[in-house]
Amino acid sequence: MPVFPSDPYGFLTQWFNNLLLHQGLPETTVRLISFAVGSLILVLGSLLFCLLLIWAERKIGGRVQDRLGPNRVGPYGIVQAVADMMKIFTKEFVTPAGVDKVVYNLAPVLSVAAVIMIWAVIPFTITFFGTDLNVGVLYIVAVGGLAEMGIVMAGWGSNNKFALLGAFRAVAQLISYEVPMVVALLLPVMLSGSMKLSEIVRSQDVWYIITAPVAAAIFFITSLAENGRAPFDLMEAESEIVAGFNVEYSGLKFGFFFVGDFLHAFTIALLFSVLFLGGWRGPAADQIPILGFFYLGIKTAIVYFFGLLVRFSLPRFRIDQMMNLNWKMLTPLSLGILIATALVDKGSANLLSSMAPTARLIVRSIILVLANVLVVWSFSDIFDVALGKRPRPVVALEPRPVARPEQPPTPTEGGTP
Amino acid sequence: MIPLAWYLVFSIALFCIGLFGVLSRKNAVVILMGIELMLNAVNINLIAFWRYFFAGSSQQEPTRALAFVAIVFVAAAAEAAVGLALIISAYRRRETVVAEDMNLLKG
Amino acid sequence: MILQIFFLIVALVTLVSAFLVVTARGLMHSALWLVLALFGVAVLFAFLEASFFAVVQVLVYIGAIAILIIFAVMLTRRTKDDSGARLIKGWWVAMLASLALFAGLVVAMSTWPGFQIGPGAGPDPAILPQFGMDLVDPNKYAIPFEVASILLLAALVGAIYIAAGRKEGKG
Repeated sequence: MPVFPSDPYGFLTQWFNNLLLHQGLPETTVRLISFAVGSLILVLGSLLFCLLLIWAERKIGGRVQDRLGPNRVGPYGIVQAVADMMKIFTKEFVTPAGVDKVVYNLAPVLSVAAVIMIWAVIPFTITFFGTDLNVGVLYIVAVGGLAEMGIVMAGWGSNNKFALLGAFRAVAQLISYEVPMVVALLLPVMLSGSMKLSEIVRSQDVWYIITAPVAAAIFFITSLAENGRAPFDLMEAESEIVAGFNVEYSGLKFGFFFVGDFLHAFTIALLFSVLFLGGWRGPAADQIPILGFFYLGIKTAIVYFFGLLVRFSLPRFRIDQMMNLNWKMLTPLSLGILIATALVDKGSANLLSSMAPTARLIVRSIILVLANVLVVWSFSDIFDVALGKRPRPVVALEPRPVARPEQPPTPTEGGTP
Repeated sequence: MIPLAWYLVFSIALFCIGLFGVLSRKNAVVILMGIELMLNAVNINLIAFWRYFFAGSSQQEPTRALAFVAIVFVAAAAEAAVGLALIISAYRRRETVVAEDMNLLKG
Repeated sequence: MILQIFFLIVALVTLVSAFLVVTARGLMHSALWLVLALFGVAVLFAFLEASFFAVVQVLVYIGAIAILIIFAVMLTRRTKDDSGARLIKGWWVAMLASLALFAGLVVAMSTWPGFQIGPGAGPDPAILPQFGMDLVDPNKYAIPFEVASILLLAALVGAIYIAAGRKEGKG
């Protein structure tokens, strides 16, 4: 029987279910209603939490840039996000002529929906999660694909050539960076043996950031690129004056894109904590689930802070630099680390099965860290070439002269030369 | 309790809609969309049969149908990629994507 | 009962959007209706407890193939958009052929004794790791798996080469 202080979620769900069952409703309807109410609370909670995120981002960004952030609208400017929200609500929807109404209006909804749908599979504590899909990791990648559809619909539905070009570049960036992200996501799946997020959290006796640091770094970088945060924010600063695919959106529709962007940044931090930093694990989090929630919150806040630091420090990439970074550095590196980890993990299984559990953990972690270091050392050539420090080594010969048919002699008037 | 008949009729209907699209549209990209619909109908058929007969059994292999479906997915993706590349390349050359106008080899 | 209503709604939405793919005015509309139809098929996969394929359907078809189709629609637009008739002259023959095929297949299948059968036992939750191991088991499905990966490699290289254009690839 879950007690309220240690497991508020379990307590509340059981109380609510009992309330509905006493009214005489059948079991499946009770489950359906409880699912609907739970998802409504999750969505509202995440969207309202976004206000706090926007405030935190502006304050921290201000401090990084050696200025105070917003500090007028409340103590320390906390109410600033609410004021912005009210401003955005009351702005007029300027719809350009010739847009396709359904596509134009559906695009912001799809953008936000794709981010919120990720929250359905994240395990917040040992009992508090939306649903425990047995293909949870793949579901997260698939939902990211829906966000790309939202951008394409925004770009095309705006009846504007700049929006369309911006949407093309944005989608090219997103689908390019999906490849190393998926391969880097394979590593926690491989090390824990399951695609369920709760199983990945449960098998992190040693955090995966220690045993798969390269995969964690690749996942972080590619997630920043998928979100469109600086230094990858080509999507929203395309052409430097026109805002890319969301140029024709005003008022709350732009607010949707805005909220989706910030919520996605927090969701990336949440996913990174769940997959690589051990999720809700910590001392005594098994017995007292609410502690797990706090641990996850602290880890997510640290990762989010780190993402903010990256955002406010680095200048924007050009598109060819971004594509070089992806295809010439991240993809080979992610494939290399996948192969190395698979070999090391399976190759040492026999050796490890004959050890005591704690010794097995330590030895396995050391072996995996060594494998990561080996991969980074052997790929250091690629880093230098991709970052432009050294020119690509020429491995082909000089181009050979190509045989061309001789030019026919120009005809003279008939006389012999 | 959904009888197998519903899934089969659905997949036949989807297949026939895709077939109608392939046979009656001029634009080559829409013909390709019809082909994708047909392949999806086939996938639904395979998975319906897997679920209704082989999913829970342990004597026959429950993963044989899944391997079939995975190969159909792969074949559909490969064919869509190459088909669209061909369409784009033909568009560059001939400035048209109407399938009737690509008739250079016609006798 | 409620499951049957859900199934009917999803199946109807999928069939209507598939029909709109074929008959919509404007290529971009066809592409977007195709996305809805593919999503409906993914929901049906989830109904049939094939969770892996539901997610792979969204990932591969909607996340990759549909975006590829949209790019192709954009890249092959002419200035006078969709001039002339969309359907070929003999489209009623195609309609008749499709309807005849539909009727024929339904009639032929309804004479099969297992047509109205109910669902058997559901899949074991451990079928997903089993499927993964079977795909690389040399006694089982490793050969089709490898052939499929070679097919994908050939398609990848071929598509890049064909669509690369005159100035880079060919001489």
